Amino acid sequence: MPADAAKAAGMLFLVVVIQLSVIANVDILSGHPNLLLVTVVCVSLLRGAVFGAVAGFSAGLLADTGVFGTLGFTALLLTLAGYWTGRYGETTGRDRAHAPLLSIAVITVLYQISALVLRYLLGQAAPAHHIFVALLPTVLLNLILTVPVYALTRRLLRPREWVTREVRLLG
Amino acid sequence: MVGGLVLLSLILITFSFRASSTGTLHQVESAGVTVLRPFEVAAERVARPFRDVYGYFRGLVHAKQQNGRLRLQVNELRQQALQGKSAQEQNREFRAQLHFIDSPLFPRDYSPVNTRIISWSGEFDQQVVIAAGSDQGIKEDTPIVTQDGLVGRVTDVTGSAAHVTLLTDESSAVPARDQKTGATGLVRHGEGEGSLLLDYVPKESDVREGDVIVTAGTQSKRYPSLFPGAIPIGVVTSVGQSDTALYKQIQINPYVDFSGLDPVTALITHKRSPKVP
Repeated sequence: MPADAAKAAGMLFLVVVIQLSVIANVDILSGHPNLLLVTVVCVSLLRGAVFGAVAGFSAGLLADTGVFGTLGFTALLLTLAGYWTGRYGETTGRDRAHAPLLSIAVITVLYQISALVLRYLLGQAAPAHHIFVALLPTVLLNLILTVPVYALTRRLLRPREWVTREVRLLG
Repeated sequence: MVGGLVLLSLILITFSFRASSTGTLHQVESAGVTVLRPFEVAAERVARPFRDVYGYFRGLVHAKQQNGRLRLQVNELRQQALQGKSAQEQNREFRAQLHFIDSPLFPRDYSPVNTRIISWSGEFDQQVVIAAGSDQGIKEDTPIVTQDGLVGRVTDVTGSAAHVTLLTDESSAVPARDQKTGATGLVRHGEGEGSLLLDYVPKESDVREGDVIVTAGTQSKRYPSLFPGAIPIGVVTSVGQSDTALYKQIQINPYVDFSGLDPVTALITHKRSPKVP
């Protein structure tokens, strides 16, 4: 478990850096891919609700400090994203092939809308029209990112029951 | 556990909102920025060649039609530059004769600090972080420009990095004037992404399509501007007015391409602006 936590921490740190310095400026057909959200969802799906929530909170807090943002804003959204995806993974989703793509699609929509609502509540700019126009391209871009990110995350953080099952089959 | 994290996030949001720019939370943010900075600079350097290739091909699409237009513009501007140079000389002589005391002038009274953008705030905010801070002389409200024109101003600063709010952000407003007619207004973000509006221009003012909009500088002692005068902002693309509206509706196409900002220049002045008595 500590080894997994260290691997996840290293991966999320790298992802935060790439998200802030490279991907945050990418605009394709008005869509903005969110590598950080995709990674948190993939980690949560494989490692469960509590691990996902802690990963989301830590990565979100780091992202908030990196851009002089409102501290806790991204942390809150990613904590909830990590927790819900983790719960889905723990209950029904993990073994299903479509689980990562389904999770990303749903969580991306919820994340965008929640961010919009939270910004509105905080009295910050909340461009609803812009967000809804960009929603579909953003979901599609995140889905494209999901395939390699999930494959990489699965290599790094394979759930223990999968390893046991494979050993049993081999044995 | 999860409830605790959610609660902690909410507490952080609350404190972050109330915190001053020199408080403990600001120091935490400064530490975070300092830790991330070398990694962000490295990531940006790795990504730059790919971004340049993308920018090159994107630029090729419009290159041919731009070429013809720009050739015409060069001839026109060459003539204007000659006229401007002689007017500038005359102006300098008259100012010297009148012993005129002025606020800092752009670009003469500013020294540039050239730097790179190391991170972007994402889709909600039009804000970036640059790789230079108070160690390089940057302060809050320092204007940020590119060779094309005004980009924004510094809204937060640490020793090694500074937070810049772009002109296209909803919270930005810059006093500006029509370079040709002198009509003044306030440049704000427009409806589309990266577009700008010149607002609060009275209906009787003369503003036409194709006019160049520049920063107005300080026009009134009571309301000193954060930006020096004569920094180019953009060109007027449409002017409209209705019977019910109090002001003209003027759209501006900014000179700066806000999607491809890099590098940028912070304008540092050591000359003190005149203060309100």
